[in-house]
Amino acid sequence: MLSAILAHAPALQTVVPLIAAPLCVLFGRRHLAWAITLAASLISALFAAYLLAQTLDGSVISYELGGWAPPLGIEYRIDAVNAFVLFIVASVGALVALYARESIEQEIDPALHVYFYTAFLLCLTGLLGVTITGDAFNVFVFLEISSLSTYTLVALGAGRDQRALTAAYNYLIMGTIGATFFVIGIGFLYMLTGTLNMADLAERIAALGDNRTLRIAFVFIFVGIGLKLAMFPLHLWLPNAYSYAPSVVSVFLAATATKVAVYVMLRFLFTVFGFDYGFQAATLQTIVVPLAVIAMFASSIVAIFQSDLKRMLAYSSVAQIGYILLGISLLNKPGLTAGIIHLFNHAVIKGALFMAVGAFVYRIGSSRIEDLRGIGKQMPWMAAAFVAAGLGLIGVPLTAGFISKWYLIQATLDEGAWWLALLIVGSSLLAVIYVWRVVEAMYLAAPVQDAPVKKAPWSMIVPTWIMVLASLYFGINTELTGKAASTAADLLIQATQIEKAPETVPGAPAAGE
Amino acid sequence: MDMSPSFAISLAVLLPLIGTVLIGMSDRRPNQREAVSILTSIALFYVVAGFLPDVMSGARPSATWFEVLPSLSLAFEIEPLGMLFALVASGLWIVTALYCIGYMRGNKESHQTRFYMCFALAISAAIGIAFAANMFTLFIFYEVLTISTYPLVAHKQNEAAKSGARTYLGILIGTSIGFQLIAIIWTWILAGTLDFKLGGILAGKIDPTILPVLLGLYAFGIGKAALMPFHRWLPAAMVAPTPVSALLHAVAVVKAGVFTMLKVGVYIFGIDLLAVTQASDWLMWLAAASILIASTIALTKDNLKARLAYSTVSQLSYITLGMALATSLGVMGGAMHIAMHAMGKITLFMCAGAIYVATHKTEISDMDGLGRIMPFTFGAFLIGALSIIGLPPLGGAWSKWYLMLGAADAGHQIMIVVFMVSSLLNVAYLLPIVARAFFVPAPRFASAGAAAVPVRGGIQEAPILCVLPPVITAIGCLLLFFYAGEIYSLIYPVAFPDPSSAAVQSLAP
Repeated sequence: MLSAILAHAPALQTVVPLIAAPLCVLFGRRHLAWAITLAASLISALFAAYLLAQTLDGSVISYELGGWAPPLGIEYRIDAVNAFVLFIVASVGALVALYARESIEQEIDPALHVYFYTAFLLCLTGLLGVTITGDAFNVFVFLEISSLSTYTLVALGAGRDQRALTAAYNYLIMGTIGATFFVIGIGFLYMLTGTLNMADLAERIAALGDNRTLRIAFVFIFVGIGLKLAMFPLHLWLPNAYSYAPSVVSVFLAATATKVAVYVMLRFLFTVFGFDYGFQAATLQTIVVPLAVIAMFASSIVAIFQSDLKRMLAYSSVAQIGYILLGISLLNKPGLTAGIIHLFNHAVIKGALFMAVGAFVYRIGSSRIEDLRGIGKQMPWMAAAFVAAGLGLIGVPLTAGFISKWYLIQATLDEGAWWLALLIVGSSLLAVIYVWRVVEAMYLAAPVQDAPVKKAPWSMIVPTWIMVLASLYFGINTELTGKAASTAADLLIQATQIEKAPETVPGAPAAGE
Repeated sequence: MDMSPSFAISLAVLLPLIGTVLIGMSDRRPNQREAVSILTSIALFYVVAGFLPDVMSGARPSATWFEVLPSLSLAFEIEPLGMLFALVASGLWIVTALYCIGYMRGNKESHQTRFYMCFALAISAAIGIAFAANMFTLFIFYEVLTISTYPLVAHKQNEAAKSGARTYLGILIGTSIGFQLIAIIWTWILAGTLDFKLGGILAGKIDPTILPVLLGLYAFGIGKAALMPFHRWLPAAMVAPTPVSALLHAVAVVKAGVFTMLKVGVYIFGIDLLAVTQASDWLMWLAAASILIASTIALTKDNLKARLAYSTVSQLSYITLGMALATSLGVMGGAMHIAMHAMGKITLFMCAGAIYVATHKTEISDMDGLGRIMPFTFGAFLIGALSIIGLPPLGGAWSKWYLMLGAADAGHQIMIVVFMVSSLLNVAYLLPIVARAFFVPAPRFASAGAAAVPVRGGIQEAPILCVLPPVITAIGCLLLFFYAGEIYSLIYPVAFPDPSSAAVQSLAP
């Protein structure tokens, strides 16, 4: 029985939240809807953990959806790369579900709660689907499922601040442009190769060699996903969406949505396109590296000057995505490992930070830094959680952020790019400034209210501290993250055979002569 | 002790942590809280001192906790330099724990539980630094020390404390992440290991022309050594309560800095490599400049703690200079100076705190005639000052002696002049304080700012727990002169890895 279920784990992992979503509306009771959401997301998380355990050794699971063989049927293809991302998304989803119940009490009209849970489950379905599928068009479909539900989730913040509607609309327009670019790119690829299965695409593209259609497809897909993952300067939708969305939505989006988009980027860059042609590599190195560095600095500096904590964290996210992209575009194994490991670590750290902010909003109804003065005494657990996760953002040793930074600096020094190493540490020092502004306000300033603020409810403290402890644990024990990230990096590099590419020896006679 | 070495090492690092938790749990019971603080410090010293016989006889107790990154472990190994630093830090913690009670209660400070907790946490980090078996472990505890001392600097929570603490954190985190982390990862890529190894791990693995750059990343990255121009955090940290200035900013934190500097010189680069390539020449000149400039600035400061802070900046560069000389005797002098300067400077700081508790005076120009009212305090101050100046029969004489021998040995006679000029400057900025206190009569009419001054005669010392600790450490300065031989033989295997040169053996005190 169990083995029969586990055999279908790849499908169930996505199907369970998909089925649970309409159930929430059908039952129409908000507490029941919460229970369904929690159960569904927990089940997904268990399946994800199982899949990760199966693929950690580098093996690949191929699952034919509905029994239709690829390339005609849709294939779910799980290796260490996406199993790791699945695990992040599903486990964060489960924690967020636990956290959501109290958090939305304050921020969303109770009549709308069931719709929140439905949209949340659909969003989860979409993100999991994007990650697990091995079919390029299917990626688009799931991407739209997650995006559309995200627009709804962001708009639900209107109960607290009407600007959430503008933010959602803005995100809708930008997101749709991104999705359109992406699907145009897929269209070109289909035109070129006649297939949509990623593995199949990779083979046929390799057989065709470099050509103009391929380049155009690459650019469309690259820009489309770049919008989704908030690559600087395509990040403009993100700060508003994160600031005005309900807190719990900010937690979920910050920890998962952009990470999944980064995964899609990795998958297309490495597995589908491969690096047999200098064009992609040149794009990464001449365009993405500078953009990543600009993101690291510009967004961090903007973050320093924010008066709203959620907005500050949002800009910090854009900067952190810069680190991830920088790691990826170094195109060596340590760099990829650094990018992937930071994908995970940043999800945990940023999730914890947004959760702490959510608790402040829950109790004092504001996330402005000046309203948080003296909160360290009044909400000790949440303030301490913020500091612990904030240290991770800075990259202090014994936190997950340090591990990311270590790998990233090592990757740049391996390449001999010492100036990049200096830029990385320079921008992480900016994080000290914006995190410490908040720490000073929370602990060293006189409390703004005389009335005592109550502690956050346990259902918020527990998930927040699970995230914080995870960020500390993965800063001390990197066996899981390190292994998963390096296996993933190995797989991606194998797919492109960067390492095997023959080096052009200067002065050697060309083959044709 | 019957404990296994690996257990005992873990215990030494964890004991203050356990103390932190217990202190936190006795929040509402001050007596219990301070009893825990003292008992922990005594227990820690007992455990640390237990390693001494083994280390003296050549053993290197070690422990490995776990692997953080592939082939980079959190691991400990006790070697002579670390032994010395751990003894100094844990021994002086006992004295300071006593002193804290007198000072914090005498001043009715707030947030005392937080204070004691962070204090214990900082000691734990210092022990971790002392016993680290590789640069990776050392760096981790180095950062823990920075973060755990931040609340102590910001303790008063007013604007001055906030801005001081900002400078403190900014420079220490900035240099350690900005330079030191890069240096460490670079070393790792070059050498494939970060384990401390006598003679260094870089020989033959790095282009000698780039060696000064790597050394520079370390020298400036170790911000706690307060090498100019990254010394601003130390005077800024003086906003902290005086026990913090005494133990942390005269002993644990700054000594962690120069200790790391020595470790990097001896165990990462190797003295021979530095001597052959002359990679540390520029550092020697910079340290010399740092010594003289900081001493001169100290002369201009009227605030007692600020003067002592700049004096510390200058004395720390003695140790950096000792390493940069790249001779065995320089290392010996530098290592000894860790202990000698710690004992002397903690005395001076505790005296400054005692003066503040008794009279609320912070400016030297207000202290005329105070010596007659507080003879024990100023007596201890005099002894501490003489030790810093380097007069026999006080401990400071030996370290200066070996540093000068090291300079001669390295062929940099000019550095002897630097040390001598610096000693004269020490005289000029330390002794007038004592002289004014004893010989200049107190002003007849106390100024409005110092209304609390007792105008009538008689002895009016600070509380006994504020006065006894500096008297103890002043006696310690005296004892160190006679027991310097023990330190010499402890450090000997590190400073002279090649014992064939029997001539140096006759130099022992």
